Amino acid sequence: MKRDWRASIRYYWNVKVLGNAYLRWQRWRMERKGPPRRWRTDILAPPLKIGARTKELISRHYLEGRYANGHKPVAWVTSGAPVEILQALGYYVLYPENHGALCGARKVSVEISTEAENAGYSRDICSYARTDIGAMLSGKTPVGKLPKPDLLFACTNICQTVLFWYRVLAEHFKVPLIVIDTPFVYTSPQEYSIQYVKKQLENAVPIAEKVAGRKLSYKKLKQVMRYSRMAAELWLQVMERGKNRPAPISVFDQFIHMAPIVEMRGKPETVDFYAAMLREVDDRVKKGIGAVRNEQRRLLWDNLPIWYKLRELSEYLAERGVAVVASTYTMAWGELAPLIDPEKPFESMARTYIQPILNVGTGKKLEKMKRMIEEYHLDGAILHSDRSCKPYSIGQVDQRNRLIRDYGVPALLLEADHNDPRSYADEQARARLDAFIEMLY
Amino acid sequence: MGRISAIGIDVGSTTAKIVGVDEGGELVWKYIEPAHPRVEEQVDRFLRKLEEENGPIDGIPIVATGYGRNLVHQATRKVTEITCHALGVFRQLGHGGTLIDIGGQDSKVIVIGPSGEVVDFAMNDKCAAGTGRFLENTAGRLMVKLDEMGQLALSSEEEVPISSTCTVFAESEIISMIAHGVRVEPILKGLHRSLVKRVVAMVRSVGLVPPLMLSGGVVKNPAIRKMIEEETGQKVTMPEHPQFMGAYGAALIALRGKRRTNA
Ligand code: SF4
Repeated sequence: MKRDWRASIRYYWNVKVLGNAYLRWQRWRMERKGPPRRWRTDILAPPLKIGARTKELISRHYLEGRYANGHKPVAWVTSGAPVEILQALGYYVLYPENHGALCGARKVSVEISTEAENAGYSRDICSYARTDIGAMLSGKTPVGKLPKPDLLFACTNICQTVLFWYRVLAEHFKVPLIVIDTPFVYTSPQEYSIQYVKKQLENAVPIAEKVAGRKLSYKKLKQVMRYSRMAAELWLQVMERGKNRPAPISVFDQFIHMAPIVEMRGKPETVDFYAAMLREVDDRVKKGIGAVRNEQRRLLWDNLPIWYKLRELSEYLAERGVAVVASTYTMAWGELAPLIDPEKPFESMARTYIQPILNVGTGKKLEKMKRMIEEYHLDGAILHSDRSCKPYSIGQVDQRNRLIRDYGVPALLLEADHNDPRSYADEQARARLDAFIEMLY
Repeated sequence: MGRISAIGIDVGSTTAKIVGVDEGGELVWKYIEPAHPRVEEQVDRFLRKLEEENGPIDGIPIVATGYGRNLVHQATRKVTEITCHALGVFRQLGHGGTLIDIGGQDSKVIVIGPSGEVVDFAMNDKCAAGTGRFLENTAGRLMVKLDEMGQLALSSEEEVPISSTCTVFAESEIISMIAHGVRVEPILKGLHRSLVKRVVAMVRSVGLVPPLMLSGGVVKNPAIRKMIEEETGQKVTMPEHPQFMGAYGAALIALRGKRRTNA
């Protein structure tokens, strides 16, 4: 990347001086204000106070992105990529998937993915990819402006879509692409697979160094790994508080507050953030506050959130006394924390990043769901069958049947798409949900 | 007369039904019409008709079900068709098992437990394939009457496979077959097969718990029943009034609620 001192001045002035002051003020105001008027305090606990900080962190993240080009090297990465290497090299890291989710939650994903569809990308492609490619082609985004990448970093541990998606990006932006290939883990990871991934990570370093124009400091890398592990552990604890009755936070809260652990892993402020969140959640446990005021039934959620329906679904369920308290999806960013070993950065990164939920056999997911049903005392499960995310949705029909057979709990397969509302039929979904709720009581 | 103790109304996508039950939960009065877009007016008309034939209905509990249930403001409670169908069929046949209900715009498979409760269910995807609409659409195209379709299909030895499951594409597939001189009966047989395969796949997805039962408007069609038996290898039983099971179940729920409040 070419450094430009004017860009650096712009960055300092707009982010560090003006931006930070404004965002801090905004957070201060939010912390003092009561819940937003639209918030259904009759059925839900007031929003978590930490929400003001979540907003500040995410806004700052995109603000930094806006002024990053020319000041910092910029990388676009997949959600499951070993980002610690890039963090240690001082990259600004953008997660197109998170940006996609943001577009979904702000209900602009259709408009943006239509740009990609108009350019010939099929609607059968993952809606995150379409949203991102649409944003790339049209420049449309709800966050102002996305920085151009100097480096692309894709890891196949979530799906094969990213392989082709990032090639499209590489061709468009004409920048280097690093692909980390993670062999699928059927039962437990083979030693040779781990060595294979480790080798690729080591080989990636010189390329990332060259683009960044600086050398990787191992001391720094270890520090980043420590922060990663601490944040992931805290996040795991936050989620595990859901075992309490009533559950202090719902999965819908988790969906909103998971952004930092995904896109700001390895940073000290992320550790502080989750420590503060844990304190607040613990306080709720102590006071017996439940996320759903009248918690009668507890559910599991499988697969990605339906971003454009978060609020509606959360209110619909809360109105009926149903709290969704655990999910395989949010768990994915916490459960591997114990594998992160800062003293063996490459080895442990290889071990960690080879076994996220989407890179292991479907039987593993079933085991996980069963464990959750027991540990979180769940009365049923909603399995979101996500038209976009094939690797997450495969096996759900059997998983659902097993849960019913082995635990006698009702389980619902809800057909939708995490980011494309055109694949969500309100009436039909409602008919299924209504019938499912009747089965719970 | 006062013999009606509870009322169930099922507002479906193609037909609307009303059922009255007596103290003991026996179905004593029923009526069906094509569904009208102005649900409330239609339900008012239904209730007037019921009053004319059976006497005043003041204080009699009403439960509504079906797609249009939330538009029935006369109802004291609204319950989904899944729960209602399960109850209605269970009461009429006296046992649990797997119920296939093929309606105008959606089909469902319900696994009913030993005491009439819903154990599991599945509904057709977001499109009308595998529902009555699939047959209705093509009946028009082939210029055959809807209630003769089944007989015609069964009268043919031959069967041509229809590959599209999509209602609209199946229609164009059929047009091109006719243009190539294929006879109507084998096409009809293939068409029924396609629908049944779709429904049986749904049965498989929840797992068949015998015995197999059938309800809904489409079961009047003999080809559907026969092919379901062929495809599943199971004998199919049917309640006496297959089209009214949703409304009947709703009336039973209304009756239960009444007993509870009286007790
Ligand atoms: S296919 Fe699934 S894992 Fe891959 S990018 Fe889309 S949502 Fe993520």
